[in-house]
Amino acid sequence: MAKKKLTPAQRKYQAKVRQVEPRPHYLRHTFLAFISGGLVCVLGQVLIDLYSWILNLPPEEASNPAVATMIFLGALLTGLGVFDKLAKYAGAGLAVPVTGFANSVVASALEFREEGLIYGVSAKMFLLAGPVITFGVVTAFIIGLLYAIFQ
Amino acid sequence: MGKKTGKQTYLLTNPPVIISTGTVVGPFEGCGPLAEDFDEVLTDIRDGQSSFEKAERSILIKACRLALDHAGFSSTQVDLFLAGDLLNQIVSASFSALELGIPFLGLYGACSTAALGLGIGALLLDGGFAETVLTATSSHNLAAERQYRYPTEYGGQRRAYQQWTVTGAGAALLSTTGEGPRITAVTFGKVLDLGSTDPLNMGAAMAPAAADTIICFFQDTGWDPNSFDLILTGDLGQIGLELCRQELSEQGFNLGDNFMDCGLMIYDREKQDVHAGGSGCACSAVVTFGHIYRRFMKKELSRVLLVATGSLHSPTTYQQGENIPAIAHAIWIES
Repeated sequence: MAKKKLTPAQRKYQAKVRQVEPRPHYLRHTFLAFISGGLVCVLGQVLIDLYSWILNLPPEEASNPAVATMIFLGALLTGLGVFDKLAKYAGAGLAVPVTGFANSVVASALEFREEGLIYGVSAKMFLLAGPVITFGVVTAFIIGLLYAIFQ
Repeated sequence: MGKKTGKQTYLLTNPPVIISTGTVVGPFEGCGPLAEDFDEVLTDIRDGQSSFEKAERSILIKACRLALDHAGFSSTQVDLFLAGDLLNQIVSASFSALELGIPFLGLYGACSTAALGLGIGALLLDGGFAETVLTATSSHNLAAERQYRYPTEYGGQRRAYQQWTVTGAGAALLSTTGEGPRITAVTFGKVLDLGSTDPLNMGAAMAPAAADTIICFFQDTGWDPNSFDLILTGDLGQIGLELCRQELSEQGFNLGDNFMDCGLMIYDREKQDVHAGGSGCACSAVVTFGHIYRRFMKKELSRVLLVATGSLHSPTTYQQGENIPAIAHAIWIES
């Protein structure tokens, strides 16, 4: 997806566009993402402690059911149509944790249910999450390889 | 060459009449300041359908039937149906044409479709090729979101310069005779590319096309912008209108308070959180066929230049790194 070279007239116009275009409120977005992301992490920690206490597990193992619960909550809120309204304010605070991943999968799956279970839901489910999975697997492979070589 | 004047403008010798209109909007648009000027406000954004695409089709058919009913016409009395929309392969328009059973010409002008339909319809009528033409267009916020952007429940943040696709449909019935505002001239625009690449900032991509068509119209006709009650762009939004005003003033056309944008009129931007304003095919269609048409009928307006703008990209073209070309068509409406 190489960008085209702009002509002088196009460059001149784009400079005007940049002057008129409002800038995002970086400070406000960062603050809200920090607070909401922090709250998601606090909830995650509470779940880890809870599972560790109820199931009598070491904290490392209790994080698995905790992550699953967070995914469930992200998916549930998406299905109830609440997630996108929260994310409007929370931004990266909800998108970066596993809740954002859950939202991207469930939102895609819901969106394409009218196109059927195979070509709709199943095929389109990873529309947004696909790149995350691809890069996750590739990175894990490279790190694993480096680890095996230099161990 | 007869009716053509200047470079791109057609003057109509027997100006066709807009004898009736029909407009349907979504619940969100029904909370906006123009709510009373629409024939029907939906209570359900799906309009009882199982998908957003079906909902768009359903409201387009409703708008067409309303326009026909208001004039007391049946679909068999209409010579041609000119319609288009934003969905791939303009399915809303063609499936509606199937339902209406009127000979159909599918149009694609993205959000400029309302003006494109009026323009071609007017030419066909003035040329003596038809007696009555129905033109319509539609857009649906959620159908457009899922085609152009993200799944509707995806939690993303919108940019301050982004616009909100209008859910709605507008139809107008044009005839060689009858009562109502007339189309006296049409300027078809050229496709322009001023290097915009951001599909979220369509106002900026379309502003140069709007300015070009407006300038062309005034040069071709020799009219003065101040002699118009309203020069109304389709869906430039706040950023686009500002850029268009700048472009025009650089070319010596200083437009005053009579320069407005449908996208800035349809929503209450303070309360409705739509950022830079409305967009979509329905934006200029419902504002013109609803609000503006009613003001014509109440004799509050007598001369309006509608300049509907369209951004002619697709998700594929911008992902492949192409710029966003745009177009604008101008329609001179006079009572």
